[in-house]
Amino acid sequence: MKFGIVVFPGSHGQTDCHYVFEQILQEPVTYLWHAEEDLQGVDCVIIPGGYAYGNYLRAGAIARFAPLMEQVIAFGKKGGLILGICNGFQILTEAGLLPGALIRNPSLRFQCQNTYLRVEQTETPFTNLCEQKEVVKMPIAHEEGGFVTDKETLERLEKEGRVILRYCNEQGEVTPESNPNGSLHNIAGIVNEQGNILGMMPHPERYVEAILGGEDGKKIFNSLVAWWQGGAGR
Amino acid sequence: MKEGFWREMGLSDDEYELIKEILQREPNEVELGMFGVMWSEHCSYKNSKNVLKQFPTTGPQVLQGPGENAGVVDIGDGQAVAFKLESHNHPSAIEPYQGAATGVGGIVRDIFTMGARPIASLNSLRFGSLKSKKTRYLFKGVVAGIAGYGNCMGIPTVAGEVYFHPSYEENCLVNAMCVGFMKHEDLAKGLATGPGNPVFLAGARTGRDGIHGATFASEEISEATEERRPTVQAGDPFMEKLLLEACLEVLKTGYVLGMQDLGAAGLTSSSCEMASRAGTGIEMDVAKVPCREEGMTPYEILLSESQERMLFVVQKGKEEEVRAIFEKWDLEVTIVGQVTADGLMTIKEGAEIVAQIPAQALTELCPRYDRETQEPEYLAQAQGYDLGALPEMEDYGKVLLTLLGTPTIASKEWVFNQFDYQGGTNTVVPPGSDAAVLRVKGYNKGIALTVDGNSRYVYLDPYRGGQIAVAEAARNLVCAGAQPLALTDCLNFGNPEKPEIFWQFKEAVAGMSEACRQLETPVVGGNVSFYNETKGEAIYPTPVVGMVGLVEDLAQVTTLGFKQEEDLIILLGQNKDELGASTYLSVIHGLEAGKSPEIDLELEKQVQQATLELIKMGLALSAHDCSEGGLAVALAECCLAGKMGAEIALTENIRPSSILFGESQSRIIISIHKSKIDTVLQHLKKLQVPSKVLGSVGGEVLSIAGSGWKVKVELAEMEEKYWRAIPCLMKG
Repeated sequence: MKFGIVVFPGSHGQTDCHYVFEQILQEPVTYLWHAEEDLQGVDCVIIPGGYAYGNYLRAGAIARFAPLMEQVIAFGKKGGLILGICNGFQILTEAGLLPGALIRNPSLRFQCQNTYLRVEQTETPFTNLCEQKEVVKMPIAHEEGGFVTDKETLERLEKEGRVILRYCNEQGEVTPESNPNGSLHNIAGIVNEQGNILGMMPHPERYVEAILGGEDGKKIFNSLVAWWQGGAGR
Repeated sequence: MKEGFWREMGLSDDEYELIKEILQREPNEVELGMFGVMWSEHCSYKNSKNVLKQFPTTGPQVLQGPGENAGVVDIGDGQAVAFKLESHNHPSAIEPYQGAATGVGGIVRDIFTMGARPIASLNSLRFGSLKSKKTRYLFKGVVAGIAGYGNCMGIPTVAGEVYFHPSYEENCLVNAMCVGFMKHEDLAKGLATGPGNPVFLAGARTGRDGIHGATFASEEISEATEERRPTVQAGDPFMEKLLLEACLEVLKTGYVLGMQDLGAAGLTSSSCEMASRAGTGIEMDVAKVPCREEGMTPYEILLSESQERMLFVVQKGKEEEVRAIFEKWDLEVTIVGQVTADGLMTIKEGAEIVAQIPAQALTELCPRYDRETQEPEYLAQAQGYDLGALPEMEDYGKVLLTLLGTPTIASKEWVFNQFDYQGGTNTVVPPGSDAAVLRVKGYNKGIALTVDGNSRYVYLDPYRGGQIAVAEAARNLVCAGAQPLALTDCLNFGNPEKPEIFWQFKEAVAGMSEACRQLETPVVGGNVSFYNETKGEAIYPTPVVGMVGLVEDLAQVTTLGFKQEEDLIILLGQNKDELGASTYLSVIHGLEAGKSPEIDLELEKQVQQATLELIKMGLALSAHDCSEGGLAVALAECCLAGKMGAEIALTENIRPSSILFGESQSRIIISIHKSKIDTVLQHLKKLQVPSKVLGSVGGEVLSIAGSGWKVKVELAEMEEKYWRAIPCLMKG
């Protein structure tokens, strides 16, 4: 399965993701330069974390106009697999591939910390190796991670089972205390209607080795590979 | 030019005479401005250079010592790390967010200028009391500024330290350190070689910000300083990220012969330092410099401290290849001049020469001063204070909790959670332990990083304080399982023209040098920050040490927290009856008095070596040094990090206040599996390191018993104090 990692000026999660695909998953991986218009035949597009265009104006607001994004949008609309992590999630909402927006944390501070997440759906390309309601641990690192949307969209997201990850405590209880950034309904990750595009604020790529604290992030990436091998890729 | 104009440039009458002698004529205004910044203490080190010569700077591990943009040490396998610590105190005291942000930006540029990719940042911060609104404003702004810049760059901020003390009320200290990784062959230098080669300027446009910042950093803070706010530069981390990527890419081509970032004194210093180092000259046309605003004079262009700019010399004929790389990164890049053989800085505006000075006149010919020294009056009295007469307290459990809730000791989670410390996926030991550890991908090794400096020790005995700063940094690295390699320093002091201040400086550097020699950790770079005074009151003398160590095997990485119930706790080193200069005296008795703790560097070395050996043998499961708050606080920190209690029995006949909270040096607490006790004790005996079994890990309580007294504190109570102190104060 070939992964492509989008690189905008100011992105910096690309090397962490590249390392995961190349060294941990041992799957083919390539960088996709923002100014180009070719997705190089990749099977999954990763939009990594960082500060694309410095996050000036608004996180993701400029990145969505990059020439490559047209291809990414078309790819996603055709059902191609896209994973947006942190800044990548912000960019996906700005690009209209995912609903809602990510606003400033109520603390008004950048927050770098570990969070527990409850896996709400397992019939997805991103979480099929997880157990239903499994609690996984992954770090967040952002200043603008509060997921918001209008009431109607929120209801739809819930009804259609498109909330994939929710902040929770170690026991898997979704509580106000376990919500690090004021996200509505403790939302940490959502998919689009077709279910092929996931945006998530936590960083799975930073939690793939025991030496870094834990390996739960691998479940997301391994799920993608399993999904691909199990049918989508044939 | 009006009479005495040079004084406004920070030059003395004698210096002005010397300039005339060098030039054999009167300098014009532009030239005088260039001399003013280059001969400022900040750029020239004219007051400190003779003293700094004492530092040992060599060793088999040193690939680049002081004099370049950063020091570089070997970490084996053809790899190296570049690192440097630098102050940005004055700007941060005026405009905390931008002051701190550009402090990070400046030090990051120093690192990638050497050809290294920045992989970690650290910081050492000093503020007044958190009870003051002003301090909270500065603290909040500085932390946000460091976070804002570092996080955007994607460089993890992995360690640091924060002290709160009234002497920093108006003059906070912001020392930022950056560490970069490189292969030996990637080492780049700031040399303007090869006459005829073009000189490029890349990155941000030049504006009117920061003019005379270096001069401002070389004077005391006064009421007029508020008006200096416009001289504080604004940072653009996104621009710096692009500059970083473009510079590292262009260095890989081999077409770049020398590179130097524009920091203090802007274009003037970067160009003349590159020329001076190479023994060449540079001819530059300021009209070619892309400016942010119209009508900037040569003087302004030469002295602007606009951030995110880089100067470099390119092999003639390779201009287009170089240009293409910067354009790929959407950066402006311009040829502003060329290297010459005449050793002169020739500055033109179009066809007209506006300044012409021998490059070395701006650097090497700056006068050096051996300032007068005098032992300060406060010292004898403070040292002579009769601590024996102090009463013992009734409830030492309460004292322990008070100390754990003191901002200087309490958890700094509020600070480091604002830093993206995991980016780059190398952070094996995150902030909060004795030292941070980063792995080297693809190898089973890592580097350990720490930054340390207790100014109360220096205030009460600069020589010992200097020794301790180095020893403690090394001790912290050892506790993480690393062999200390080398250090960078940032020497923050008051006005060096005052004999008492210069005495502190000289003594502290002598003490540091002695410790560096004994512990074999040479100084490979650093920075001096004088004039940290407000209304004539100096800060506590604050030398800060940033140290790098090598972890040979990642399995050896050790942290402070106790690991499992029933493990035995062992103290390496000796408990002594020493309360002087302790946090206990300051917090509980309001006393900044007594003698700083003694330090025997021979013992220090033995304790460190023994600890490292026990770690390497897999016997020491946790390690933590005793520092602020003494043995009791150190034990509490081991409990807090491990989320388990301990039962301790102390047998020495030392009064409880001293044995619990005295800050005797060269002590490390380790924990071991109980089955290994004989092996460990035998080994320590063989090494002739004083040690004793303190007790065992377990339960939900930390209890410490002495002869006739006992302290018992619940883990939960300690947690409440330790974790909540700073967040609570910041809500106020």
